Amino acid sequence: MRKMTLAAITATALAAAPAFADTVKVGYMTTLSGSAGIIGKQMQNAVNLAMEHTGGTLGGKPAEVIFVDDQRKPDVAKQLANRLVKSERVDVVAGVIWSNLLMAIHKPVTRSGTLLISSNAGPSPLAGKDCHENFVSMSWQNDQTPEGMGKYMEEAGIKSVYLMAPNYQAGKDMMAGFKRHYTGEVVAEVYTKLGQSDFQAELSTLRAAKPEATFVFQPGGMGINFVKQWHQSGMDQVSNLYTVFTVDNLSLPALKDTALGVISTQTWSPDMENEMNRRFVADYKAQFGGYPSFYASQAYDTMMAIDHAVATAGSTDTAAMRAALAAGGIPTTRGALAMNSNQFPIQNVYIREAVLDADGVATTKIIGTVFENHADAYAKDCQF
Amino acid sequence: MSFILLLEQIFNGLQFGVTLFLIAAGLTLILGIMDFVFLAHGAQVMIGAYAAASLTALTGNFYLGILLAIPITFASGYLLEYVLIRHLYRRDHMDQVLATFGLILFFNELIRMGFGPAALFSSLPPSLSGFVNILPQTPYPVFRLLVIGVGLACALGIHLLVSRTRMGAMVRAGANNETMTAALGVNIRLLRRFVFATGACFAGVAGMMVGPLTAVEPGMGEPLLILSLVVIIIGGIGSVRGAFIAAILIGLVDTMGRVLLPVLLRSFMGQAAADGAGPALASMMVYILMSLVLVVRPTGLFPPKG
Repeated sequence: MRKMTLAAITATALAAAPAFADTVKVGYMTTLSGSAGIIGKQMQNAVNLAMEHTGGTLGGKPAEVIFVDDQRKPDVAKQLANRLVKSERVDVVAGVIWSNLLMAIHKPVTRSGTLLISSNAGPSPLAGKDCHENFVSMSWQNDQTPEGMGKYMEEAGIKSVYLMAPNYQAGKDMMAGFKRHYTGEVVAEVYTKLGQSDFQAELSTLRAAKPEATFVFQPGGMGINFVKQWHQSGMDQVSNLYTVFTVDNLSLPALKDTALGVISTQTWSPDMENEMNRRFVADYKAQFGGYPSFYASQAYDTMMAIDHAVATAGSTDTAAMRAALAAGGIPTTRGALAMNSNQFPIQNVYIREAVLDADGVATTKIIGTVFENHADAYAKDCQF
Repeated sequence: MSFILLLEQIFNGLQFGVTLFLIAAGLTLILGIMDFVFLAHGAQVMIGAYAAASLTALTGNFYLGILLAIPITFASGYLLEYVLIRHLYRRDHMDQVLATFGLILFFNELIRMGFGPAALFSSLPPSLSGFVNILPQTPYPVFRLLVIGVGLACALGIHLLVSRTRMGAMVRAGANNETMTAALGVNIRLLRRFVFATGACFAGVAGMMVGPLTAVEPGMGEPLLILSLVVIIIGGIGSVRGAFIAAILIGLVDTMGRVLLPVLLRSFMGQAAADGAGPALASMMVYILMSLVLVVRPTGLFPPKG
């Protein structure tokens, strides 16, 4: 009798005060303000949806998610990471859109013995020589997606290609990844200003060069601008457009039918056939009115990975959670995900086309698989 | 580079230039003639773009959307002057900077609350979304030609308004000696409100012209605002003619820099180094030009007389 009362009291206390000793605490960092705020908003939506699907728990334990806004600034990110680790004492730091921000918080978080899980950024150093056992990626290594496009265009027999990307590290990584599997002629490699809004001058030059194909990486608002102007200048008659991280469910609502038919590679698509993805996409659309982007799916996957890790480990011990994730078989919207030796996913890279769905809404559809179980190029340099 | 490509790039530069002029025109009236530091001019560009995009979506007609959006941008400028700006004329420039910088944050957040953080869909009617051959084998987007046309027409309009009309004379007189002008029976307060609203309206039109070309999103006006500040500094603060010439100059320098510099650098340095330095240097060109102009003519190319 006495035992039962005690158990009842404990249960009530747990429900009333979620910040109990056995609560799983996750610090989720993303960009919620500024022009990239839409990306963070989608990720936040997806994390909240994941918590709803798990009934507010992670691995069967009560859980709490603390969202922090990095403002897309490395110094702010570093301060926030320190706060999450030292004063909030979170069990996991997750999220992070930008590679440069991830590089800034990588050391302070992993060295404090806290698990760090990326929902998006995948800079090459963290997959190779600077890898750390406390860092796990639930997205991809930066090179993987453009590598897929390079291979696809190589196999399609495309003889000449014109490359265009913003002038910063990720832009150069993407172009390097593309060239790893593409052996045809590169007509020109043009780097534009980061945040550029008008590409007409570049398009005029491109038209004069008459490449068979054009490969572009222009994420976020730049992608909207680029594809709009490409369409308005009638470039479709000059060259075929192929993109990565440019035509996605984030830019499609602003592009609508201007982007139809554009080919891109990605490790996920809303039409992927598995139970978790169907539920995620359907509930996301119902709650937030519109397709989730890959940023959202990866944020959802991150929460599912934490759920899986805590459940398998039976605790929030960093080493045990990491071992659970490193073993692979993580349930995600991309199916059961296998992990490489550097704790980056081994996954398929798909070819997607921008199409209209049954309701006339622009989205992406998988039309083929370029790589099956693709591992990144840097794992061999990683020694824990 | 072939002659045709060069001509096409000149068109691109011209189109960018007139867009900048539309923003700079209002700014030079407010900053130069009314002596008021107004940093939230980029927000007027955003308001114009949002008004046009949402009204086009609502009415289903692009022209009707634009037609309805123009009075909205005028009204927003008029209201802003009435509610806040008129209380700031007598304060020093630092207060004006602080207040109008706050306005930038306020308007961006307001738009985000009203329309969400995502970029708005804005498109062109079929009649404007195509392209025409400006020369044999040289297709050019119809809408960009229209932008050039509208920009030039507005430039002519502003020039006539300021230098040929009674209204313009009163504005210039008010700027020179406010008390004397008021003593002569001119309602200086109303005049200022009108000038302010007109400036906002031109910036709004620039937003409507930029909207279908680029992403309509919160904060879209700021990069344009910085360039238009450069425009009025090069042109000479307060000079509409100077702003026009400087805007075209900057449009051409920026476009040509982006296109030619990487090619030029590649001729004497490695491909990788040129690819890195080219875009970096191209984005500095405009500011280098500004510094050069300031060294030679500290008051700008066409400082207003008096």
